[in-house]
Amino acid sequence: MSFGIVHVAYILAALMFIMALAGLSKQETAKLGCMSGIVGMVIALVATFSEVETGQGFTFIVAAMVIGGCIGLYVARKVAMTQMPEMIACLHSFVGLAAVLVGYNSFLEIGIVAPTTVTIPANASIAQINELLDAAKNVAEAANSAIPPGELGIHLAEIFLGIFIGAVTFTGSIVAYGKLNGTYKLSIFKSAPLTLPGGNWLNLGALVISLTLMIWFLVEEQPSIACLIIMTIIAFLFGIHLVAAIGGADMPVVISMLNSYSGWAAAASGFMLDNDLLIVTGALVGSSGAILSYIMCKAMNRSFISVIAGGFGNAPVSQKEEEMGEYRELKAPEVADLLKNSSSVIIAPGYGMAVAQAQNAVASLTEKLKARGIEVRFAIHPVAGRLPGHMNVLLAEAKVPYDIVLEMDEINDDFENTDTVLVIGANDTVNPAAAEDPTSPIAGMPVLEVWKAHNVVVFKRSMNPGYAGVQNPLFFKDNSAMCFGDAKKTVEEIVAAIGD
Amino acid sequence: MLIGIPKESLSGETRVAATPDTVTKLIKLGFEVAVQSKAGLESSFDDAAYEEAGAKVVKPREVWNSDIIFKLNAPNDDEIENMKSGQTLVSFIRPAQNKELVDKLNAKKVTTLAMDMVPRISRAQSLDALSSTANISGYRAVIEAAHAFGRFFTGQVTAAGKVPPAKVLVIGAGVAGLAAIGAAHSLGAIVRAFDTRLVVAEQIKSMGGEFLKLDFKNEEGDSSDGYAKVMSDEFIKAEMELFAKQAKEVDIIITTAAIPGKAAPRLITKEMVASMKPGSVIVDLAAAGGGNCECTVAGKVTTTANGVKVIGYTDLAARLPAQSSQLYSTNLVNLAKLLCKNKDGQINVDFEDVVLRNMCVTRDGDITFPPPQISVSAAPQAQPKAAPPKIEQRQISPLLKRTCVAVVLALFLVIGFFAPEEFLPHFTVFVLACVVGYYVVWNVSHSLHTPLMSVTNAISGIIVVGAMLQICSASTLVAAFAFIGVLIASINIFGGFAVTRRMLAMFRKQQ
Repeated sequence: MSFGIVHVAYILAALMFIMALAGLSKQETAKLGCMSGIVGMVIALVATFSEVETGQGFTFIVAAMVIGGCIGLYVARKVAMTQMPEMIACLHSFVGLAAVLVGYNSFLEIGIVAPTTVTIPANASIAQINELLDAAKNVAEAANSAIPPGELGIHLAEIFLGIFIGAVTFTGSIVAYGKLNGTYKLSIFKSAPLTLPGGNWLNLGALVISLTLMIWFLVEEQPSIACLIIMTIIAFLFGIHLVAAIGGADMPVVISMLNSYSGWAAAASGFMLDNDLLIVTGALVGSSGAILSYIMCKAMNRSFISVIAGGFGNAPVSQKEEEMGEYRELKAPEVADLLKNSSSVIIAPGYGMAVAQAQNAVASLTEKLKARGIEVRFAIHPVAGRLPGHMNVLLAEAKVPYDIVLEMDEINDDFENTDTVLVIGANDTVNPAAAEDPTSPIAGMPVLEVWKAHNVVVFKRSMNPGYAGVQNPLFFKDNSAMCFGDAKKTVEEIVAAIGD
Repeated sequence: MLIGIPKESLSGETRVAATPDTVTKLIKLGFEVAVQSKAGLESSFDDAAYEEAGAKVVKPREVWNSDIIFKLNAPNDDEIENMKSGQTLVSFIRPAQNKELVDKLNAKKVTTLAMDMVPRISRAQSLDALSSTANISGYRAVIEAAHAFGRFFTGQVTAAGKVPPAKVLVIGAGVAGLAAIGAAHSLGAIVRAFDTRLVVAEQIKSMGGEFLKLDFKNEEGDSSDGYAKVMSDEFIKAEMELFAKQAKEVDIIITTAAIPGKAAPRLITKEMVASMKPGSVIVDLAAAGGGNCECTVAGKVTTTANGVKVIGYTDLAARLPAQSSQLYSTNLVNLAKLLCKNKDGQINVDFEDVVLRNMCVTRDGDITFPPPQISVSAAPQAQPKAAPPKIEQRQISPLLKRTCVAVVLALFLVIGFFAPEEFLPHFTVFVLACVVGYYVVWNVSHSLHTPLMSVTNAISGIIVVGAMLQICSASTLVAAFAFIGVLIASINIFGGFAVTRRMLAMFRKQQ
């Protein structure tokens, strides 16, 4: 296929990708969006295939794609919705690794064609010397025609950056995966932030060394692969440390950040391969992740830097626990009575619902209440769960219609006129201290104003504070009650107690 | 314990302290209830209804033998004679104005709880009888005004010509004022309201009124006991000017300004009344305390020389007997819940509870009035306005913004100077794609963030293109790397799209 056709195909694919993202703006168009993404990908792949010479390479590609595709499809079918954060993290790491591999390949390709010294055996004849020199000249010319000297510098820089970003994404995502999975014993995979002495200095040091290596790599007469390898190792460690230092509940930010990095890594690969499609796609993904990170940070009223620099741990916890007063406890049958006598109910779920796998129980509760003519809606805080939009996916899986699942800004004004609010596994996102107590570590964080409702029932395993380590005055309000126990079991009991 | 509900002895009183509905609730709390025969007749509750609800209907004498007496008005001398030591009386008392009455009750060793002494704190709202009475009075004031006013409240365009809407001025936006605003607004009138407390502006607006703001240096009439306080002379002068101006414009004035324990402030002078249009109406809710209007005669409707009707009824709440009885008796049920926490029919006047402490006037032969001061408004008076919780959203400082712009510009310059020509087209594409991405992604609905991430995962698998082109390399190492690259990128592509489709298929709309 001619160059023109391939290029046009790439433009078409890029447009399809943009339409894929645009389609996700609404539920109604989301499926169409996904479809156009698939079409774009098919166009891109076909166009690329046409450039690959048939033969061994072709077979390899088909083999690799079949294997990869099967794994991908299998995992996509099997993964539980509560495990989506892990799956996403895992996929990020693949993009990172692929970027590293492509980067190394680009470098090695230059290496093949650019030897600059010619070894001449001592006993060589003039003819032999001439022959060797000619050969060297040819090789050098070939190299020059492939990459003009002026461009070599920027090409190397692209490779270096591509590998760096890819490597950070790779290990960062693996650590994120471990943290989200929670079954690995390794300390970097613990949900709590890992704090090494001088943590942020280590990060800064890694960046400075990498920058130095990059300059060295660029100015060197013959760019050495050693530089790249050292940098890659540093970047691997940097990625591990970066994510290990962030606590479990900040995962929405971390995942979005890694999403963004994987995009930038793809874009950098696009630069090194002179491929506009990769650049466009990388830039789309990169800005998408960046915006998600921004939204998540905004929802916690924290700066991106402070999230990256570590958890809430540094802030002193306010010493008010004794003044909080007493809480009231309700058992499942009492909660059922309360619900039966309500005309409007809002459910505010959090990560605890995902942990307890309570989404199906919650969905059947919703059905029961709706059958009794009670208005039921859901209020979702932007950082509820471990992934942007995590709660929505879980509820969708449990067949809760999406039009009763509302985001914070849509529903916050309605709490006042609501009879009962059920808080299931959420804590910091419903903490009135954020709005009322300026000294609180979470002051200013926008929260679901559940306490304005007539009654609030909080489902919790114990009285332990949430991720931010802040006590929640909500539990001690006159209109709120606690319902202790495993959320799934309790909700099931309530469903049973409501009866028909 | 037995709760007795006597028939009100005050002439013209139509209300009763319990309805059949609240009798049921009291019985649920473990009490027995005795209702004097014909007590609820004027509130449209007959004896049979009470009996059906579980109360005993008794003769006038017998009802005073109950352990607890629920009443509306303070007992008269005859009734006090009938009372016994150890009884508990709940009614309006006005202990500050009625020292003599308090002494008499104390002499009888009666425990007295004054319903007009409920503190204005949020917990006690459910038993605040003054508020529920004020609410009814405010509503009734508008109805009385509408009755006396010779025109429509609402504006209409009819075949017989255009009718302008009535203009109503409500002075004082307490419970009664707000109720009046709401009632007048729903009848279709244009409602303006004034209050010395600036904080009520929002409440006035929420009821459909327009807040008349006095152009005056920040004097606020809010005080810690929930009532408006007395204002400075200059403020009052400015206020009077405002009223004088409004009097010429409006058709109806409803005044609700009362300061507890003091004579009602004079707000509407004779001159103002004289300046009003003939046929206008003034309803003075403070008539019992002397009236806010100089022309008010308590308990009567007077018509001035220029044809303005001034209504000075003091029994506005009693003019809606069924409604008043229902709300007041519900207040009493809520009090009973507070007195009888164990629902066993036994009461405990617990002085630890500020609500009960505040309400209690006499107990066990001691006069416990006045109660110790409790501050009511949420913000303690000691630190006025000094510490309004200043919680702000984190904002990006302008300096940081400018620095960012500068850095970006500098970067562009560097690229312009040093980057080779071949790099620039790619860079253009990159920058434009970032901008497109920015605008496209901002539109993505919050609920679709997870599918967004999995789609971006899938499309970032496009890196496969790079690996595909490298796989034919002569070097085995490069080919091997490329092979792995293609493999994992394919996982991304297929896995990402498949899981997105799976998720999107789950989202469904309400049937």
